[in-house]
Amino acid sequence: MDTFAALSQGLMVALQPMNLVFAFFGVMLGTAVGVLPGIGPALTVALLLPITFKLDPAGSLIMFAGIYYGGMYGGSTASILLNTPGESSSIVTALEGNKMARAGRGGPALATAAIGSFVAGTIATVGLALIAPTIVDIAISFGPEDYFALMILAFTTVSAAFGSSVTRGLTSLFIGLSLGLVGIDLQSGQARISFGVPDLLDGVEVTTLAVALFAIGETLSVAAAGSRAEEVIEPVKGSVFMNKEDWKRSWWPWIRGTFLGFPIGAMPAGGAEIPTFLSYALEKRLCKKPDEFGNGAIEGVAGPEAANNAAAAGVLVPLLTLGLPTSATAAIMLAGFQQYGLNPGPLLFATNPDLVWGLIASLFIANIMLLILNLPLVGMWVRLLAIPRPWLYGGILVFATLGTLGANPSLVELGMLVIFGLLGYVLRRYDYPIAPVVVGLILGPLAEQQLRRALAISVGDPMVLFQTPIALTLYALAALALFGPLLFYLITGRKAPVGGDED
Amino acid sequence: MTKMLRGAVVAAALASCIPFVSAHAEVTELKIMAPAAPGGGWDQTARSMQHVLQTDKLVSNVQVLNVPGAGGTIGLAQFVNASKADPHALIVGGYVMVGAIITNKSPVTLSQVTPIARLTGEFEAIAVPANSPLKSMADLVAALKADPAKVSWAGGSAGGTDHIAAGLILKAIGGDPKKLNYIAFSGGGESLASILGGKVTVGISSLSEFDAQAKAGKLRILGVSGAQRLPEAPDVPTFKESGVDVEIQNWRMVAAAPGITPEQKKELSGLVEKMAKSKAWTDMLKQKGWADTYLAGEAFDKQLAIDIANTTTVLKEIGLAQ
Repeated sequence: MDTFAALSQGLMVALQPMNLVFAFFGVMLGTAVGVLPGIGPALTVALLLPITFKLDPAGSLIMFAGIYYGGMYGGSTASILLNTPGESSSIVTALEGNKMARAGRGGPALATAAIGSFVAGTIATVGLALIAPTIVDIAISFGPEDYFALMILAFTTVSAAFGSSVTRGLTSLFIGLSLGLVGIDLQSGQARISFGVPDLLDGVEVTTLAVALFAIGETLSVAAAGSRAEEVIEPVKGSVFMNKEDWKRSWWPWIRGTFLGFPIGAMPAGGAEIPTFLSYALEKRLCKKPDEFGNGAIEGVAGPEAANNAAAAGVLVPLLTLGLPTSATAAIMLAGFQQYGLNPGPLLFATNPDLVWGLIASLFIANIMLLILNLPLVGMWVRLLAIPRPWLYGGILVFATLGTLGANPSLVELGMLVIFGLLGYVLRRYDYPIAPVVVGLILGPLAEQQLRRALAISVGDPMVLFQTPIALTLYALAALALFGPLLFYLITGRKAPVGGDED
Repeated sequence: MTKMLRGAVVAAALASCIPFVSAHAEVTELKIMAPAAPGGGWDQTARSMQHVLQTDKLVSNVQVLNVPGAGGTIGLAQFVNASKADPHALIVGGYVMVGAIITNKSPVTLSQVTPIARLTGEFEAIAVPANSPLKSMADLVAALKADPAKVSWAGGSAGGTDHIAAGLILKAIGGDPKKLNYIAFSGGGESLASILGGKVTVGISSLSEFDAQAKAGKLRILGVSGAQRLPEAPDVPTFKESGVDVEIQNWRMVAAAPGITPEQKKELSGLVEKMAKSKAWTDMLKQKGWADTYLAGEAFDKQLAIDIANTTTVLKEIGLAQ
């Protein structure tokens, strides 16, 4: 009961009028920067740190929590409406979300994202309050070999989930993997395929690639189709809000997304992207109408959106229990703690309980506030799509370029945006799926680094990869994902209920 | 009469002002470049400078500009090209930049800027999980002498301060730095997790990264890289005390634009010195847990040259540079 007493104490702190104002300001600001691609919560908090120096610690940390959650939410709004993923963790949301928006179902898509984020955020925050110390022990026990196995699981499930043909999907994936090689290699410090261009030394930015492929590529193909384009964007068809079936189809994906996102987010090398990929693949497998995937299936929005919010709460587990910052935003929040002379670490819960519980409570508040702010706005947001097409796409171009250049003002970055935009157009023109390119860019470098770390630690013995129970379990799941449908076919003699794999 | 007199005085004052202005341009505005993304050490240094310079009214208008990328070399190149002879431009940098310039084969080097002063530094520490069989630096040295490949080190990116320090340690005990089994991690959290989880033999990073864990009894710190023991960890011996002749600090400095006049350099040096000696700055350092390792003038130039030479040697020996 100690926890609940502490939590209600925290709620008292978070509910003070001034702190509510901070939370409100944080949520608004977070949503705004989340919408802009390239500019994320980490950058915003970093820029605000010197300003908040004079404020009281509780208030500013509460505001940072609001920015953090708001950023996650804002990213999905841009993904769904404009096909311009604002954050790398909302790339998957664009796949089904934008299809829904074009079919006049932007309202339900935004609503399922908002409510899913709320459900996931709430469950994950409860998890943070109750089982953080247990979760973190498990998360820490993940070694490089286990992470590598997790990446293998992600690769196998994800490559089957995108697009109509495995060959085309793999082709796209390999483009992404090659792009992932660009830049300084972390382990050796040497530059790879950067052609002596200093701006390429840090590799290809995920948001730049995603924005270029999704938003610019799409704009180009719409422009190329000209008046021949038969597709008409309908801002609203049917109800603006979710109907009964939408609720029924969203509920389980929210829960499953949460249980993927929270533990993976809590892992030091987990991140928020991988759970969204896994959630998308899982929902596609489980969906009763798999052919809707790729054409706007609500499960494909509900699951990943819940997953990325749960992961955002998961990231706070190692931060608050051990003082380990495992994402850019967490690192900045750590700097924020230190600014107030607090040293997050194993002792923080003991030395500053009111602050920690105030922060956890403010996450609840931020969640509720996001819901209250955003649900009524859904109707207004979807009106964006009623803007005449030339204006809409012109706006998307300006918006995408501004966001990317705002984060990194360099000509090379602009060049990459244009070139990847053209690549996106070509891929679309020849019916290659776009998402695996981005997936390859995100997962490739992670998998490579973990594999090389594992092998370096074992002094070159490859058997290290198969020696932990965690790794073996993950490989078993990957094998099941890969061969499961085939076994299903062999045993029952009919095709597994998976999206058609042939062209 | 008085009117005329006043006019003459004003005229005289104005006349004397003109040469004064051109000789000692009063610094009223500054642009400080942080060649990194917001939030990191260089950015925080630049913003701390901005804060102190403005609150102490040393300079009325200070702007911080972030140019991230490639260990600071992208910002450095932009600074050298765009700020030539600009007496209002400063850049923050540090030891990591020295390594990055070498490994990235950067066309622009620190010899092309005007170093002003070293401001702060953080010392390196070696940590093991509480249940590790390694109890002291002597144990680590023995393990390294037995087989350097079996000792895995977790630290920051390849060629950074952590990596260089590890290479110097192996070299100091007579080992071959090429055999160093260094595992690079991109973020502090990830490498700390691998140390706590016992995935690697030892971890090497700045002391502040390990401090909280050590106080909670989860990590044991074997040694630190200072010349003397550090106030934050008075019980931890230095490397030198343990017979490993390595002394290294991850320092941060401030430099001015290339091609400024000696007078302008003097002006900026005086300004930075005033800032570094102010109470607001000392408070800031204390609050951030940074050591005051202020060093300026010729002493700094000399130390910089030594650091560059040593780093080049060790990076070659590790095999990161030709």
